[in-house]
Amino acid sequence: MDQQVKIDTLTLADLRPEQQGEIVKIETEDGVFKRRMQSLGVVSGTAVTLDRSAPLGDPRIYSLMGYSLGLRNAEARQIRIRLK
Amino acid sequence: MKSPVTVALVGNPNAGSTSLFNALTGAQSAIANYQRVTTSLNVREITHGGVPLRIVDVPGIFSTSSQSPEEKVGCDYIHGEEPDIIVNVLDAGHLDRSLFLTTQLIETGLPRITVLNMMDEVRRAGIRIDTALLASALGSPVVETCALKKEGIGALLDAVAAMASTTPAAAPLRLHYDSHLEAAIERVQQHLSKLHPQELSPVRSRWLAIKMLEGDDEVLRHESNHVELVEEIKGEQSALAHEHDEDTASLLASARFAFSNGLLREVRQQEGDPTAGFKLTRILDDFFLNRTLGLPLLLGILWVMFEATFSLGAIPTDWIKAGVQLATDLVDKTLPEGMFHDLVVNGVMAGVGGTIVFLPNIVILFFFMAILSGTGYLARASFLMDRVMHHFGLHGTTLIPMVAGFGCNVPAVMATRVITNKRARLIAMLIAPFMNCSARLPVFILFAGAFFADIAGTVVFAMYMLSLVAAMVSAVLLNRIIPGSGGDAFVMELPPYRLPTLHSVLHHMWDSAQGFVAKVTGVILVGSIVIWFLQEFPRDITYSQDFETVIAEQTALPDSPEKETALKTLKSAQAQEKLEKSYLGRSAIAVTPLFQPLGFSWRDSAAIMTGFVAKEVVVATYAVIYAQEKGSDQLTETLRGAMPPATAIAFMIFTLLYAPCLSTIAIIGKEAQSWRWAGFSVAYSLTFAWLLALAASRIGGTFL
Ligand SMILES: Nc1nc2c(ncn2[C@@H]2O[C@H](COP(=O)(O)OP(=O)(O)OP(=O)(O)O)[C@@H](O)[C@H]2O)c(=O)[nH]1
Ligand SMILES: [Mg+2]
Repeated sequence: MDQQVKIDTLTLADLRPEQQGEIVKIETEDGVFKRRMQSLGVVSGTAVTLDRSAPLGDPRIYSLMGYSLGLRNAEARQIRIRLK
Repeated sequence: MKSPVTVALVGNPNAGSTSLFNALTGAQSAIANYQRVTTSLNVREITHGGVPLRIVDVPGIFSTSSQSPEEKVGCDYIHGEEPDIIVNVLDAGHLDRSLFLTTQLIETGLPRITVLNMMDEVRRAGIRIDTALLASALGSPVVETCALKKEGIGALLDAVAAMASTTPAAAPLRLHYDSHLEAAIERVQQHLSKLHPQELSPVRSRWLAIKMLEGDDEVLRHESNHVELVEEIKGEQSALAHEHDEDTASLLASARFAFSNGLLREVRQQEGDPTAGFKLTRILDDFFLNRTLGLPLLLGILWVMFEATFSLGAIPTDWIKAGVQLATDLVDKTLPEGMFHDLVVNGVMAGVGGTIVFLPNIVILFFFMAILSGTGYLARASFLMDRVMHHFGLHGTTLIPMVAGFGCNVPAVMATRVITNKRARLIAMLIAPFMNCSARLPVFILFAGAFFADIAGTVVFAMYMLSLVAAMVSAVLLNRIIPGSGGDAFVMELPPYRLPTLHSVLHHMWDSAQGFVAKVTGVILVGSIVIWFLQEFPRDITYSQDFETVIAEQTALPDSPEKETALKTLKSAQAQEKLEKSYLGRSAIAVTPLFQPLGFSWRDSAAIMTGFVAKEVVVATYAVIYAQEKGSDQLTETLRGAMPPATAIAFMIFTLLYAPCLSTIAIIGKEAQSWRWAGFSVAYSLTFAWLLALAASRIGGTFL
């Protein structure tokens, strides 16, 4: 049960370097931010990995659709993922 | 089609549309390896094969319906202007992401040409693209280019000219969505056709329907008086959300990516190691973005940049100095004694000659800036600094206008357009003038060389660091003062490292050299003449003592070393009194009480006042004053004797921070659309400069 809850609330910010993630959905009320992320390829089913973190752990660089995207953790937490 | 045919270059940021624009039109617009270098439309007219073409470089966009402020110019252009032909510029190495925009452009129904740019990188990575298949799937000609090497430009122009002389296809390509979406689109389309009978082509009404379902505020606002339609859209959206457990915008986005993924599986082939392509970028990033080394490296790189600007510049500077000396001597001898002689030698030659010697430093600085922005390191620097800057209420991308500010504050204020949030942008605009622009560089090189010759490069570097600190501290203050809150997401693509072309680097340097020479022969020349007149007049001064008679008495005495020194002292006292009673001296002395606490003399006040026009004039003012007073052209030596080192530091700090120059004030007023903020910028920076200079002179006075 505990496990279940954890998987359901997994976000991009929880992704670790060796893991393979897959976008589930963007959870935000901010329509502009959502559309902006979508146009960058953050849509359900997109495979994503964590490339590296900035010196203080934030922001981080993710690899998706063959390019590198820098995102702050605050934004990454709004993107739900599942592990592959 | 109309004449000229309007051809819009539309692509993702950093796809190379400006490089392509330059290759097509011979323009020299700015390119760099980070996103959103271009912030407004570039337009040029050319003819190809007898067809007049109006080429428009549109600022990059990821989507035509994102509604982010930084994409507004691009989106508005496509929606509002309806170009005759869209040239869709794709970074062929990043097709997975960039075909998303293509699917939206398909739906506009406008004639399109697809350009696969950066083919050189793609080939190197061992990727093959079946262009014939891609062309039929996208319903447009496909042209492969390498904008940097100007490859494929002829083919692209031919394709444009051919398209301009044919009538567009009646039933262009159409993207198919799932049955629920298609049904909803159909219903909205019918509603639209009823509202605007005969006005809308089927392509147009379908495009509008999709836009509205996607939630495009712009289109919805346009139709907001049709309450029923708006209600219907809302109904369709909630029905779709109910059925798919996702909002309509996400459904459409997923469908677009599904289309492009499917297409790419067919047209793209990877030969060899798929990671080989950007291996170098990976290795370099392991180094430059290293968690412990990254930030020290950034600091080190900046230090090397400013140290080199100082020390490498010194060599050619000596040649120019020698040249100026030679020219001054020549003019000195040829012109007959008199006012004109003095004006040319002590005004024009001193002011212009004293400033032009800094040309090498400025060109070297711009060389480094071209390297930083052209390689892609600048994007990394914003990534590294984002967290630190976040503490000061700033955004990592603010680093880009800030570094641009090292060149000149005017483009820096314009570059704040990369910042999405309005308030965050205003703050960035107000701190941009603190960035140590190249106009201030001569002042620091002169002062650092005069007072701290052994560590001059480091002193110059320190001034740059101080300008960064001043900007950060101000950001904190401004965040308190300016109402509202401005949380802005940090969303930034890190492009692969690229080698800037020699041509673009040289062009950057050439441009800066030209700009500097234009300034020296313009504002500095005029400024030197004005300053000379101000310090020469009025001529009917009543001296405190009768110098003429005393000097004549001295001269009559028999020759002796005492007589020589006495004469010298007398003459210099006379020159000094003359200056102090000139217009320049009198007005400077009038404001000097303000600067008294900082330890500045009236000469320093005069330099500060004239520097309002443009900061290079500060050096020119010293040059003219000292040329006249001491008859000396050794500015450095004279300056060294004129004030204690602590005052020199205070003066450097004041010059660094006080009021932006006139052009910067003007651009702030324009970009912030408020003269109040421009005025605020002046008042704020003056206060800030004064306080910091005071602190420096007090602290420096106890240590030095
Ligand atoms: N290897 C390679 N690099 C290219 C090519 N075309 C452009 N570039 C590089 O790509 C980077 C971006 O080029 P720009 O022309 O500034 O791109 P843009 O689309 O105008 O970008 P923004 O105005 O910033 O949105 C620069 O570093 C160029 O040197 C190409 O065909 N091959
Ligand atoms: Mg551009």
